[in-house]
Amino acid sequence: MGLKDWLAVSVPFADDPAIRRLRVGAPEWRRLAEDVAASGGRLLALWGQDATAGHPAVFAAYQTAAGLWVGELRRDVPEAPDDSYPGLQDLYPFAGRLQRAIRDLHGLRSSDPDDRPWLRHPAAQAYEFVRVEGDGVHEIPVGPVHAGIIEPGHFRFSVVGEKVLRLEARLGYTHKGIERRFADFGALDGCRLAARVSGDSAVAFSWAYCIALEAQWRVAIPRRAQWLRALALELERIANHLGDLGALGNDAGFAFGLAQFSRLKERVLRATESTLGQRYPMDWVVPGGVAHELPGAAATALDRCLADVVAESGVLRGIYDEHAGVRDRFAGTGAIAPELAARLGLAGLAGRASGQAHDLRIDLRYPPYEELRPAICGALSGDVAARVAVRFDELQESCRLVRRILAGLPSGDSRVAILPPSSDGFGIGAVEGWRGPVLVALATAAGGRIRRCHPHDPSWQNWPALEHAVIDNIVPDFPLINKSFNLSYSGHDL
Amino acid sequence: MRPIDWLTQVLEVVAALAVAPLFQGWVNQCRAWLQNRRAPPLWQVYRGIRKLFHKDAVIATNASPLFRVAPYVVFATMLTAAAVIPSMGTRLPFSPAADAIALVGLFATARMFLALAAMDVGTPFGTLGARREMMVGFLAEPALLMVIFVAALISSTTALPSISERLATGPLVLSPSLAFTGVAFTMVLLAENGRLPIDNPATHLELTMIHEAMLLEYSARHLALMEFASALKLMNYACIGFALFVPWGSATGAAGPFALAAAIPALAVKLLVAGAALALIETASAKLRVFRAPEFLATAFLFAVLGMLVHLLLGA
Repeated sequence: MGLKDWLAVSVPFADDPAIRRLRVGAPEWRRLAEDVAASGGRLLALWGQDATAGHPAVFAAYQTAAGLWVGELRRDVPEAPDDSYPGLQDLYPFAGRLQRAIRDLHGLRSSDPDDRPWLRHPAAQAYEFVRVEGDGVHEIPVGPVHAGIIEPGHFRFSVVGEKVLRLEARLGYTHKGIERRFADFGALDGCRLAARVSGDSAVAFSWAYCIALEAQWRVAIPRRAQWLRALALELERIANHLGDLGALGNDAGFAFGLAQFSRLKERVLRATESTLGQRYPMDWVVPGGVAHELPGAAATALDRCLADVVAESGVLRGIYDEHAGVRDRFAGTGAIAPELAARLGLAGLAGRASGQAHDLRIDLRYPPYEELRPAICGALSGDVAARVAVRFDELQESCRLVRRILAGLPSGDSRVAILPPSSDGFGIGAVEGWRGPVLVALATAAGGRIRRCHPHDPSWQNWPALEHAVIDNIVPDFPLINKSFNLSYSGHDL
Repeated sequence: MRPIDWLTQVLEVVAALAVAPLFQGWVNQCRAWLQNRRAPPLWQVYRGIRKLFHKDAVIATNASPLFRVAPYVVFATMLTAAAVIPSMGTRLPFSPAADAIALVGLFATARMFLALAAMDVGTPFGTLGARREMMVGFLAEPALLMVIFVAALISSTTALPSISERLATGPLVLSPSLAFTGVAFTMVLLAENGRLPIDNPATHLELTMIHEAMLLEYSARHLALMEFASALKLMNYACIGFALFVPWGSATGAAGPFALAAAIPALAVKLLVAGAALALIETASAKLRVFRAPEFLATAFLFAVLGMLVHLLLGA
């Protein structure tokens, strides 16, 4: 079957022709994945649900040339003799961990061979890392408690001398049951929890949540509110990129960079606070629009702040590019070639640095980006230097977008009233956060209760890629490579 | 031995103990200023050491006595070295105990105990740090010895106070061989004291550490002694540098109490300048990849050899 045939059997979500739903059986589940992969599409998210949300099922969200597709495989009528659904790991390598997480959370088994627990950490059962045998090979276990104050994760290096032969990560230490907690909230309040899934992507998650909610409740958002949401998302991107650029300099032993970029980031955060009311705008995007109007003089101050950021980051980029020591540490370190990136499904910023030209703001053209027309920023070398370069480019582009939004903000309301309908609903929201595509799947019940909510962070796609990026690099370069991806633990472990 | 020589000796050791943390605090302050940050107070290093002395020590259950003894050995070695290095006067009663080559041996002893203690508990980071430290050490030591040989050739002695005295009392000429060895010595100082670009004393990334990785298992008084010892080591290296390359201002020969009184502010000025210069070098450089360290230290060795060749061939 080609994409066209699938299109014919799919139904649009909430009358949006670009987002379609396909109810499939086990054989078609596998065939759909194959056809999407063959047509150049990519898997965005994979999640499950159990009887507490109605019926057990697994879902897969794909980005195809025809838009967002969500495949649903019901598991209340098991078909395979061993009660497992077809695994997709060979088509989309990162699906393996998602399938293991689904098994931990909902008990639904895939047919893929790796069935070690992922999010669940049973005390009685030691986790089996893949061992590397050979002369002089030894293991370095790192974490989950680290020397610095960072999120917990365990990394098992197999090394010869300083050279890394293999890295295997183990995550799940910050699993706190966010998905289950969603079910305690009304759908209007769930937005606040979504914003707190991963604090650095608060706007992206809350916006994706609101898209999912507003689509199924058939609420039209005023244009001004959409522009103001984009304003917050781009400010979030700017702040995170500034922070990462400083931290990358620091990890290369160039503390000057950290000091300068921290100063710039702080200025942006303060400007964000005086404009949106919060340094990290967690409660800015709300169902129906945005929390409040912009205060009077904020726009000019923010515009001036970003003009300075553009100028100063340009100077700092020159310093990073010219400094022999920094250049030497960045160039060629932790490289992922475009072919490997395509195979691994590397997403977001890291993907664009490896020649994967995906950006939901451009691919899906969701409002207001079809008017703002952001430029896609990318590189081909896929090393730390490329990820730094993409950050610098996106920083400039986001500053341009924010200043464009401030200059051309449409008039009208910034929020509309929103009321729960009297029927069940299901919706999908996808937003390009600073790290990559953020997807929220939301199922509501009549009366506005949440049946099931799954927030998907792009870190799921990129954690396995990190393991490939460090191969053949030296152990002390790992922190730099890790920082150049800067993946979320909290958003991944949920 | 005159009483004033004993006074100089006591003063030097006391000054090393008192000033070493201050010197490190000064370097930290300069680094902060150069990065446009607000600097910690000058006595922050003292505060850290004091805090550590008030804590209860936690020691791994499988630690051997070596692990407990090492901090005292390392600290005592650095203090002994401070007693031998002529920072204020050159007529030190202690100086016949060790010449410049034995001094390098003293530093090697400290390094050996530090590395053994790091491997003692058996954590991966300790061994990681220890093996990197040994790699840096075995490349830095020849370069340091070569630096000392050049100075010894010029002054025909290996006793550090005599070298210093001859260089200070000789005619003031620009010596190209000393200029080359000065560069070599600065590079060795950076590498041996865990400074950028070889090691980053401010890092919290356990996988990139060298010196800090060896101390990860230490706590309380043991850690305090180790921190104090590394401050002393930096101070010692600075004072060796002063003795070889800027010996002027210290009390030489049969100088009286006035010369000694003048030597104290002279040392202070030298330390201020050296600390600022160290901070400047560190701020301007990024950390080298571990495998660039041999290139860096080979360059240091090459500079020292150049210094020697210039002296032998040109007699300068």
